[in-house]
Amino acid sequence: MTIDIKSADGHAVAFLNGEIDHHNAQEIRTTLDKYIITVQPSELTMDFGNITFMDSSGIGLIMGRSRLMRECGGSLEVRNPQPYIRRVLKLAGMERLVKIT
Amino acid sequence: MEILNEIKFTVPSLSVNESTSRAVVSSFLTQTDPTVEELSDIRTAVSEAVTNAIVHGYRHSKGNIEITVRLLPKREIYIKIRDKGCGIPDIKKAMQPLFTTAPEEERSGLGFSVMESFMDKLTVKSTVNQGTTVIMRKRLAVHGNC
Repeated sequence: MTIDIKSADGHAVAFLNGEIDHHNAQEIRTTLDKYIITVQPSELTMDFGNITFMDSSGIGLIMGRSRLMRECGGSLEVRNPQPYIRRVLKLAGMERLVKIT
Repeated sequence: MEILNEIKFTVPSLSVNESTSRAVVSSFLTQTDPTVEELSDIRTAVSEAVTNAIVHGYRHSKGNIEITVRLLPKREIYIKIRDKGCGIPDIKKAMQPLFTTAPEEERSGLGFSVMESFMDKLTVKSTVNQGTTVIMRKRLAVHGNC
C-alpha cells in the first residue's frame, strides 16, 4: 500500500495504491489523519483508481476520514473506484455521506 | 455432499493473513474459470469472514483460523471459515447491518451484510467461548466449455 498526496489551493488528492483491508487500513488512516490535522485542506479527494481490493474495512476508513474532514471544516470526495468497489460503497450507502465520482 | 475438489488450510489469527487467505482461495478457484466479478465477490466475502475471526473471534486471544473451500457439482462453491475464539452471544444482533463491537477501530459493522450480498447463501453457527463457523455458498455462472 502506498499513498501519494498532492495538493493545490486547499484541495488535496490522496492517490491510494494497493489493497484496503483491516490489516493496512490502520496505515492509511494514520497517514491521512496526520495530513488532515496538519494541513487542514478544504477538500480531500481519495483517489481509488489504483485500489485493487477493498472490503468493508474501507467503509470504516472513508467514514472516519469524512467525519474528521467535517470536524476540520472541509469535505471528502471518493474518486475512481472500480465497479465492484462501487458495489461495496453502494451497499454501505456511502453516496449519502460523501461525494463519489 | 459430492466434492469435486477441496482445499483446507489454517492460518494464525494475524491480520497479514487476511490477504494471504484471499490469495489462496483465489488461486484455488482459478480452475473454475470464474468471472472477474464472481472472484471479486468471493475474495471480499472471504476477507470479511477472516477479518471477523481476527477482530472479533480472537479479540482477546490468538488462535488459528481454518478455511475449507470445496468445488461442488453444478459449479457451486462451498467455503467454510472456522475459528475457536470467543464466539458470538447473539448471532441475529451481530448480523444486523452497522452493528459492531469495535467502533473504536472504525469497524463498519457491514461484514455479514457484505457476505450475504456477495454470496448466495450464508450460515453462521457460534457458541460462546468455543468459536464461530461461517459457511458460504455461491453458484458460478455457466459459460464456455465448463
